[in-house]
Parts: sequence; structure tokens; C-alpha cells
Amino acid sequence: MALALNTKRGMVTAALVAPAVAWLFIFLVLPFIAMLVFSVGERAPEGGYQPAFTFAQFANLPARSAAFWNTLVLAPVGSLVCLVVAYPVAYYLAVRASPRYRLLLVSLVVVPFWTSLLVRTYAWMYLLGSRGIPHLLDMIGFEDVRILNTPGAVLLGIVYGYLPLMIMPIYVSLEKLDRRLLEASADLGAKPVSTFFSVTLPLSLPGVMTGLALVTILLLGEYLIPQLLGGGKVFFIGNALVDLFLQSRNWPFGSAIAVTLVVVVVFVLLIAMRIAWKIAGTRQVDLV
Amino acid sequence: MRAFISAVYLFLYAPIALVVLFSFNAGRNASEFTGFSTMWYGKALGNTFLVAALQNSLIIALTSATLAAIFGTMAALGMERLRPRSRAVLDGLFAAAIVVPGVVIGIATLVALVEVFSFMNPVLASVWPGENPPQLGLGYGSIIAAHGLFSMALVTMIVKARIASLGRDIVEASSDLYATPLTTFRLVVLPQILPSVLAGFLLSFTFSFDDFIIAFFVAGSKTTLPIYVFASIRRGVTPEINAVATLVLVASLMMILIARILMREKKPTN
Repeated sequence: MALALNTKRGMVTAALVAPAVAWLFIFLVLPFIAMLVFSVGERAPEGGYQPAFTFAQFANLPARSAAFWNTLVLAPVGSLVCLVVAYPVAYYLAVRASPRYRLLLVSLVVVPFWTSLLVRTYAWMYLLGSRGIPHLLDMIGFEDVRILNTPGAVLLGIVYGYLPLMIMPIYVSLEKLDRRLLEASADLGAKPVSTFFSVTLPLSLPGVMTGLALVTILLLGEYLIPQLLGGGKVFFIGNALVDLFLQSRNWPFGSAIAVTLVVVVVFVLLIAMRIAWKIAGTRQVDLV
Repeated sequence: MRAFISAVYLFLYAPIALVVLFSFNAGRNASEFTGFSTMWYGKALGNTFLVAALQNSLIIALTSATLAAIFGTMAALGMERLRPRSRAVLDGLFAAAIVVPGVVIGIATLVALVEVFSFMNPVLASVWPGENPPQLGLGYGSIIAAHGLFSMALVTMIVKARIASLGRDIVEASSDLYATPLTTFRLVVLPQILPSVLAGFLLSFTFSFDDFIIAFFVAGSKTTLPIYVFASIRRGVTPEINAVATLVLVASLMMILIARILMREKKPTN
């Protein structure tokens, strides 16, 4: 980064950004380079890494195809289910809710997102465990229902965990919507349903895309939800990575998977940005 | 539609409410509430491992959020003075720090630090004058570094948005009235951005306090509260975990509420 150090102004600017640049370089750029180097290395006999230059780790990726398959199916499906639940809520908050309660209702959506995902996922473990909902079902005659440790439980956890993140960007884009457009549409004789499909929905698409992209990307790296609600039976890439780094200590293979994961994330991001540009100008998202 | 909205709010809050309720359960049984009691809180707070984990988490969250608030605010102030190309590079790096999954951040940091340590420790040992050379290792430092990365990007994003909404007028007005740049910063800019800096600090604290996956990779032998909770969940669900979970919930709830109040913009009434 070329900074004009010869002027006083330039020096002040450099001093202001220096700590952040140093931090980003040492703890983001360098680690990424290290991870790339590891991914073309070999596993040392006692675990860990030894230097090499081979693409064997990448060729070995199919060995973890189940993790990739689960992630690449459940992440988009999960975010689509989130969308289906989130859209009516965002619509209600932005268009229907009375202004008096709007702020409170919006806060009630945002707050769970900032509280521990571990605790929130644990709550479902508690609910779906044998003494929770299955126990209640047992009492009304449905015996031996297993919910925990199934893909359904993971999907439930996903929707629960990421619903707020889907509602917010859609809410923001609907809130900016000019009410006069809706009135104009009604004045021109459109029924509420056709106003929704020809005016409201298209104008909220940027928010929908942002939500889908955010949730999908976060889900691609998810570990806790499949671990706690999938019980090791519904394995995500995140779970494979924890296994490879902390249990079987195959660091080069783990690095190759992590590099692949980043490539997938970037790919999803690029697609989302392309679509967003096509729909309209991008908008800032209120995450807080 | 109202019924659906109510159902969604119920869905969002019922599981948490249940955990809170059962943290006050007198009995051990997770399926029936046998009476009100705070015994599990007593048990939890009497558990030395848990208290140590809580302490670690507080130290890490406080340090990483403070550093992030300071450096992030500095970066936000400096970035508007950068040339467009440098600014775009920095913007991209901050975006990467936010978008890259935590699990990858954890792995990359682990891999890089272990390499650095295995190189540095022999060097340190050879130049150390005394008997026991210090051993660099994973711990507080590595968790703070990895948490600080995300938090700094978060603070920069929030403060930058605030600066952008300020407009240049008041700064120019201040310098027209012969205030030095430093005075302008102290009397005009700082009071305006301070709420967003504080909000960034609180969100960073919450993020660090709640993070499991990054710390899981780079904690070494240190235990943070989420790591402790995760480990006890795997050993089996007990009412004690409900008590700890409730405490964690209350802590982050307070943080996020204060942050939201600080960040609330006064919107013109229609």
C-alpha cells in the first residue's frame, strides 16, 4: 500500500491505519499463506505437517465427500427454509406492524442472533432429547420417535440459529420501500396479491439475496449445529475439519479441505453479488 | 398472518425460556419441574473449573474488544483519508475477516502460529541468557489475536458507517472557526462517533465471549466458557449447564441491548 509518508497528513493517515493493517497482515494474510503451503504438504508420520509439494491432498478430497455433500445440500436448503419463514415476518415488521411496537419487535428478532449459538443450539438438544418432545409424544401414543441426531434436527437447528440473520436484510429492504408505490398500484386497480408480486417482492429482492448469501456462507462453515443436533451422524465440512485438525492430526489434508471451503465461499459470494448487481444497486445491511 | 408471526416469536424464544426455567428446577430430572431452587447456580459458581473458564473468557473478551475498538476506530478514521485504491484493498481485507468462516480462521491461525512457535522457540532458547527460556505457545494471545481480527473488522464497519452519515459540513465548519484538526476531532468528531465505538466494543465483547469454534482451535490448553460448556454438554446434559447457559444469555442480552440503544439513530418522524 503506497502511502505518502512525506507529508504530515500522510503520516497521520499511516499511523491511524497501521495497527489494523499489521493485524490483518499477521493474523489473516500470513495464516492464509501458511494454510495454502500446508495444503500442498504431506502428513508427518507422527501427525502434523512435513514440507512437500504435492496435490495429493486435493486429490484425496473425495474421501470426505459425505461432509461436502451434507454441507452443500443442507446449507442452501437450510437458507431457503429460513427464507420461507423469514419473509412473512420481515414483511409484517416493515409493512404491517404498528410503529409503536416496531422497534421492540425488531429488537426481539435481532437479540437472539447476538446471543450464544452454543446455548441456543443446546436448548434444542435439551428439547429434542429423549426426555423432551419425544417423551411428550410418547405420552400421547407416538412411541419411540427419534428426532435428535437426524438431518431433520440439524435443519431445525439451522433455521432456529439463522432465522434472525435472514429476517434483518429483508426487513431493511422492505422498510425502505416507498409506500406511495403500493398506493399507486392499488389506485391503478391491482389487487393486493398482484401488488405484492409485481411491486413489493421485486423491490425486496436485494434484501432476499443478501439474506440468502449471508446465511448460506455462514452455514458452509457451521460446526456446532451438526455436532450437537446431528450427533456425528450428519457431518458437515466444519466437523471434518475439527476431526482432521484436533483428532486425527492430518493437517495437510485438513488444510486442503479448508482451502476448498474458502473457494466455495468465494464462489457463492460471487454468484450472490452478480445477482445482486443484476437486480439493482447493492444495499447496506443492518446486522445490528 | 398474526398467528404465524406469533408462532415464529414463540419458536425463537420458547427453547431459551425453557432452559432458563429449568435452571431453577429443584429436581435433577429434565422433564418435570419439581420446584423452584437456585441450587444449580450455587453448584455452577462453586465449580472451580467453570469459574476459571469464565475468568479466561472475560479476560479474552475484554482485551480483544478493547484492542478492536481502539484499532478499528483508528482504521475507520484513517481509511477516509486513504487513496481509493489503498482503501479498496483494506476494505477487501476487512470484508474477508468477516466473511471467512470461523472454522477456517481458527485453522489458519493455528497452522501459522504453530509454525512461528516451532521456529521462534529454539531461537529464543539460544539467545536467552537465563536458565529457563520462555516458551511461546497457544493461549490467551492466540485467542485474542483471532477474535480481535473479526472484532476489528466489525468496529471499523460500524464506525465507518457512522462517519459517512456525519457529512463533512460540521468538520469544515469547525476548521473555518479556526479549530486545529486535533481540536476538531476532540470536540466535534469524537462525541459524534463515540456511541458507535462503544456499540462496536460491546458487540465485539459479545462475539468473543460467545465464540466457540475459533477458540476451540487456538486455545491450546486454556479453557474458555463456551469450550467448557461444550465439553460438559458432551458428557451429558445436567441442570448445572442450564444455569451456566442462563448466565451467558443474560450477559450477552445486556450487551446487545445497550449496543442497540447506543446505535439507535434518531429517525425523522413521518
